[in-house]
Amino acid sequence: MPVFAAILARLAKAVLTLLAIAVLNFFLLHAAPGDPAVVLAGEAGAADEQMIEQLRERFGLDQPFYVQLGKYVGGIVQGDLGYSFRQGAPVIDLIAERLPATLLLTLTAFVISLSCGIALGVAAAARVGKVSDSLLTTLALLFYATPLYWLALMAVLVFSVWLGWLPGFGYETVGSAYSGFARALDILKHLILPALTLGLFFMAVYMRMTRASMLEVSTADFVKTAKAKGLSGPVIRRRHILRNAILPVVTLAGLQAGQLVGGAVLTETVFAWPGIGRLMFESLAARDYNTILGVFLVSAAMVILFNIVTDIVYRIVDPRIGARS
Amino acid sequence: MKHLKATTFLIAAALAAPLAAQEAGGRLDIVVQPEPPGLMLGLVQNGPTQLVAGDIYEGLLIYNTDLEPQPGLAESWEISEDGLTYTFKLHEGVKWHDGEDFTADDVVFSADVFLRETHARLRASLAYVESVTALDPLTVEFKLKEPFGPFISVFEAATMPMIPKHIYEGTDFATNEMNATPIGTGPFKFDEWVKGSYIHLVRNEDYYIDGLPYLDEVYYRVIPDAASRAVAFETGEVDVLPGGSVENWDVPRLTEMEGVCSTGEGWEFFAPHAWMWLNNREGPTSNKLFRQAVMYAMNREFMKDVVWNGFGKVPTGPISSKTNFYSDDVTHYDYDPDKARELLAEMGYDGEPVRILPLPYGETWQRWAEAVRQNLTEVGINVEIDSADVAGWNEKTSQWDYDMAFTYLYQYGDPALGVSRNYTADRIKKGSPWNNVEGYENPELDEKWFAAATMVSPEERQAAYEEIQKEIVDDVPVAWMLELEFPTIYRCNIKDLVTTGIGVNDGPRNAWIEK
Repeated sequence: MPVFAAILARLAKAVLTLLAIAVLNFFLLHAAPGDPAVVLAGEAGAADEQMIEQLRERFGLDQPFYVQLGKYVGGIVQGDLGYSFRQGAPVIDLIAERLPATLLLTLTAFVISLSCGIALGVAAAARVGKVSDSLLTTLALLFYATPLYWLALMAVLVFSVWLGWLPGFGYETVGSAYSGFARALDILKHLILPALTLGLFFMAVYMRMTRASMLEVSTADFVKTAKAKGLSGPVIRRRHILRNAILPVVTLAGLQAGQLVGGAVLTETVFAWPGIGRLMFESLAARDYNTILGVFLVSAAMVILFNIVTDIVYRIVDPRIGARS
Repeated sequence: MKHLKATTFLIAAALAAPLAAQEAGGRLDIVVQPEPPGLMLGLVQNGPTQLVAGDIYEGLLIYNTDLEPQPGLAESWEISEDGLTYTFKLHEGVKWHDGEDFTADDVVFSADVFLRETHARLRASLAYVESVTALDPLTVEFKLKEPFGPFISVFEAATMPMIPKHIYEGTDFATNEMNATPIGTGPFKFDEWVKGSYIHLVRNEDYYIDGLPYLDEVYYRVIPDAASRAVAFETGEVDVLPGGSVENWDVPRLTEMEGVCSTGEGWEFFAPHAWMWLNNREGPTSNKLFRQAVMYAMNREFMKDVVWNGFGKVPTGPISSKTNFYSDDVTHYDYDPDKARELLAEMGYDGEPVRILPLPYGETWQRWAEAVRQNLTEVGINVEIDSADVAGWNEKTSQWDYDMAFTYLYQYGDPALGVSRNYTADRIKKGSPWNNVEGYENPELDEKWFAAATMVSPEERQAAYEEIQKEIVDDVPVAWMLELEFPTIYRCNIKDLVTTGIGVNDGPRNAWIEK
């Protein structure tokens, strides 16, 4: 089957791309000023040469650069992301511990922004020029232009501090011993503010794009034909306009999906969400090389994966794409 | 024999105050910032680790807010007349969290084997130690090569934590699997660490002091953003903000809330002292007149009031006024821009730019550097602000790539432990931070620092340190900025949270909640 062959070829290319990314990251990171042994010693508020040497040896930094690189790439090929000496755990464990929280947050934000964005975009296009359209467009512009950080803090201030409706940070109520449904509900409550904050920007983007695209397609000849056939407004919008107008939105959604893993650093920090974005940021500050490289690699793998998924979605939405290639 | 036997003062204090009947039970939520890299106190000693692991591990002694030693795992101790032999009598019936007995062998293993290998700060003090011997299961003797004045100050939990011999002997300490589930003798046991969220400790039912601790459990909460930490306290999610958890400008707002108390106590042992390293090797800062001009040019009182919201105290020199052997009898550099201009003219300053490297620990430090630039610019010094993240800051300072760099250090209760390390020439080591980074070399003063450390009588030491302070303040090897004060903010129904010289690090041991 040509589709599968295409996907397999993409996957093979993806593996090579990932290796290249890993090597590039390794070079970039080691070019940054700062040394993990000195950072760790510095945090302890005291250090002597013996301690720095011990730490370097443990981190493997006493070895020549090419040996370090070789060991790292060799490890990756065998599926080993290395060991975080700073945190005293294998990198793969650290990532596995944090990844679910990030995926939950970003996927929720993704679903909210995509579904609401398209729905509002369609609604605005249907009422083009009316007051409700202007209202929606203005709102979208506001969400688009507001810095995420500020939005997050305001959301906490209003919904947590003033109203007390929602928890302002964290993943679940600490020490509550909830289980099953109660726990899920608890996590959901904690999820609302960060997911909304993270989702609003892209929701605004999808909405504006859907609206513009809908308006453009609605002037096409085949829409006129559909109208002439006597089809109802909603049916034309759904089956004829939206289906054609959605392609640019899918492209953009693919981009956002690429950010699902690493793109939530700010939101995770403000909301104390125990995700991978924070792990990356903190590891970067400490020059915990293996951990950062691990997170980078997993993020890169996700971006590639979502690109492939986006391609498949294209083919489903518009079968002509597969036929052409 | 000088006899320093002290009764278990904590229990005595409790009995002396019958009105405040301690109530058992309850939970405490404390902010820990940033998340510690590990909890094995023998391997990692950074601030957050000390805060959490201080409940799990213990030292032989505890220090009160006047820095006097109090019984810890050792119930009494004797120091020989010549200052060479320290004998500790250990508390009976102390058990490790896994049920094994804590004995003098553990003390020998901790001090002589484990910490000699892993603990950089203690290693400097252990250099004075000739031998550590277990005389019997409950008695241990430290013999010194020569008298070391501050030796009685090194037995606090983070400086000399007791390490379980039965777990670590013969293993690779750094990679021992038990590091992830630390075993100590402390009032709380390790339960769970959800990375990025919280660390959970539970009451040690077998703690060797009956009735202690009062609390059932302690949660250390990881909240990375300073504004969110303030919100967490406001909404009641956390009960305690240890010093430095929130930006200074949030402190007044939070302490004005109903039922909220704060205290500046509990930092006496650390006495964090902030200064700017002035590069003594090259550039304008290598000129003593320039360094003195910098001191006169800065309105340090103003900076304290504006940048630090009035918290802290302007220091007179290298030794904090909270630490032993402080002296006020030195040259005082009050704000005097005209004098600064005179000194600059005298040295013939040609406008060569100097770079200031702020400490990348939050907004306050950034603004502090800006205030310094403002003051220095006013007297005609050409200033640029350099910036770096934490790793970059470490690199720049340890490679001596700066002109003026902010820093602060703990003093650990004695000038020989926490002060002299920044000024003696033997501590100049490129590539390693937190030493004599400014490159100050003064052989005569070095001799005096070394001599003062090995004196036995406190009176002699006081006289020696007074002389040192007088001389070094004239040289201005670094610009002393502020005796930092980090107020601890907590709910008023939490009692006895800060009772010792290390404050919240020891806190949960004695704390109780009034219902």
